[in-house]
Amino acid sequence: MEEILINKPGKKIILLGNEAIVRGALESGVNFVSSYPGTPATDIGDTFYKIQNSRQRSGSLVSLRGRSEPKAAKFKIQNFYFEWSTNEKVALEAAIGAAFSGLKSMVAMKNFGLNVCIEALVPAMYTGIKGALVLVVADDVSCWSSAQSEQNSRAYSYLAHIPTLEPSDPQECKDFTNLAFQISEKFKTPVMIRTTTRVAHQRALVKLGEIKITSPGLVVGKFVKDPERWVTMPPRVLEIKKELLEKIEKIKDFSENSKINFLIYGDRLSVDKWGVIVSGISHLYVMEALKELNLSLPILKLGFFYPLPERKIKNFIKNLKKVLIVEELEPYLEKEVERLAKNVNPKLKIFGKDLIPEVGELKPEIVTSTIAKFTNTKYQILYTKYQIPVLKRYPRLCPGCPYWLVLSAIKRAVKKKEVIFGGDIGCYMLFGRPPLDFQDYLSCMGSSIGIAHGIKKTTNQKLIAFIGDSTFFHAGIPALINTVFNKSNPLIIILNNETTAMTGHQPHPGKVIKIEDMVSACGVKNLKVIDQGNQEEFIKTVKEFLEKDEVSVIVARRPCIFVK
Amino acid sequence: MQNYNSKLKINKDFNIVIMGVGGQGLITLLQILAEAAIIEGYDVKTSELHGLSQRGGSVEVHIRFGQKIFSPIVSKGKGDLILGLELQEVLRGFYFANEKTKFLINDYFSAIPGANFKKEMALEILKKLKENLILIEASKICQEKLQKEVLAGIYLISLASFKKLIPLKLESILKAIKKIIPAKYLELNLKAFELAKS
Repeated sequence: MEEILINKPGKKIILLGNEAIVRGALESGVNFVSSYPGTPATDIGDTFYKIQNSRQRSGSLVSLRGRSEPKAAKFKIQNFYFEWSTNEKVALEAAIGAAFSGLKSMVAMKNFGLNVCIEALVPAMYTGIKGALVLVVADDVSCWSSAQSEQNSRAYSYLAHIPTLEPSDPQECKDFTNLAFQISEKFKTPVMIRTTTRVAHQRALVKLGEIKITSPGLVVGKFVKDPERWVTMPPRVLEIKKELLEKIEKIKDFSENSKINFLIYGDRLSVDKWGVIVSGISHLYVMEALKELNLSLPILKLGFFYPLPERKIKNFIKNLKKVLIVEELEPYLEKEVERLAKNVNPKLKIFGKDLIPEVGELKPEIVTSTIAKFTNTKYQILYTKYQIPVLKRYPRLCPGCPYWLVLSAIKRAVKKKEVIFGGDIGCYMLFGRPPLDFQDYLSCMGSSIGIAHGIKKTTNQKLIAFIGDSTFFHAGIPALINTVFNKSNPLIIILNNETTAMTGHQPHPGKVIKIEDMVSACGVKNLKVIDQGNQEEFIKTVKEFLEKDEVSVIVARRPCIFVK
Repeated sequence: MQNYNSKLKINKDFNIVIMGVGGQGLITLLQILAEAAIIEGYDVKTSELHGLSQRGGSVEVHIRFGQKIFSPIVSKGKGDLILGLELQEVLRGFYFANEKTKFLINDYFSAIPGANFKKEMALEILKKLKENLILIEASKICQEKLQKEVLAGIYLISLASFKKLIPLKLESILKAIKKIIPAKYLELNLKAFELAKS
């Protein structure tokens, strides 16, 4: 793992996609990193955290695996600051503040995190920044570790007008991060890197670059007053918007000339009249398909998703008879190609979502059979003819998890059918799986309480809303205040296992702020902190609190088995 | 990165899918195999999932190595070797199998709560593989000889290399184990490796 810190440009090592992004940031001399955990982005924060901790343990840099490193000089990197922020919005805002002060900053999150921080991102594109700001967003396509939805972050590129790069493999993860910092610095704008699970969690060989060190210690920033720039009040805000759109045109020129949008088998353009457009992971599956089918088709590989190199795309499609856009999820690129084809090649046959599914991740065999169809090539998948049962093994709460005790108490306190159970994001997401059945709705961070308020205001039913400690700080507090301010009476059980467990036990503000103090400050009168090991008290309190006319909170405090 | 051969060669990639349950150390096995592959000069790509699998769910990891690898995921029917650390999980391996695919399976059963599937049913299905199946009680052996059931994975990949089921040398696997495994666990893992060799 310490390989990620080696300053040996040209050396090839195996890196996870997320690790390669960290490496790219280190090579670019990143100063400030903030993040909130969320699969498939969590490794980025975990890696920065490990590096930061290992530096703080002693003067010399201790190896990340606990062996002390005699040659500390081997691991010289630009000293940076890393924090696990309370949620993605404040994580981004912190990075914006650092970037306003001239520092190179990075923020990392999963796709839903963008929902939380888009509020800050849109104006940040207007103001621009001074140092650099790279926003890494990892989409959990196929929801391997997500509830909520299968959300495509690409939509945000349009909304925010944020330049967006899409790497396909770990090498590109590193190279595009380097490039993102360059673009960000050059154009004084945040830049987004968008990955998906199969890119973020892919391991492959990465050729390392040089780690740049600009100053021996932490860089001290300077905020220079410039209200014309940093203040987004009207009418100035509309002027800034115009300036932003002009900036995007300049970045579009950059995109047109960028090497990360390139042709493969370009020499076949005049021969075949058929072409394929790819981006992100689909690039790898198309290359695999061509290898499998022994074909060579002209391919346009797009590293930029926004702004698109439109001239390059037009040049690619202008003489084609048909084009296939191999795109995961929604047909953004397909729609762009349709628009561009209207001018340069109105007769072009465009294939995309009619052949490629819109839900779920792409599989290499689907891409291969699609390319086979597209090129009228015979293709047969080899497989065994055995019929195998489809068994689902669902994740469950760990044996010994303190949440089992909460559920056993509630089972004895109430009749399940008579109470509505609100779910939220965290290990207790698993309360819904049969035979547990303690979950009637599950939406997004903090919504357990938010939705509970609506149900309680409009029905006469009993309701228990579960929320975790990290989730409470992330999004639960405004929802809790709303139940006090606008008077509803759900029973809220805050599951305080003293960590952010689901994503790998990252720390959260509960370390310095007592949850019960926060709840009390929000105006909640019916409040008890109970260790759920104390079953009788827990059961008694649940029964008592369900009869209250005002909101009530039980803080179920017992540490996760992995918390030392 | 952009210098692709205009003349396409059919490369003989080697594709492994490893299946098990959360907590069996599959990602560590993946890292070891990937490292061993690059020691021998191959190009390599792997695929894994983090998160929910931790909590006792299914875990499936892919590793592909050869001259030049594109997809990090093994295609349907293209598995050369399926490694199963658990009897029910490995049944998913049939998706990646063709008539020639070999299965090396840990004879270890972890019941799915609420499911009506018994160990004997899994074994019955696996019988169809005939000579393509090697079944070994890796968890039991590691528990008895080394008091650590979790070493079953290391034992299995060492065995796979020894039996020439993986085209990677034992020395490469050994070097990789020494590189990947943290110091405090290294001795036990090396013992598991030696156990498989014997």
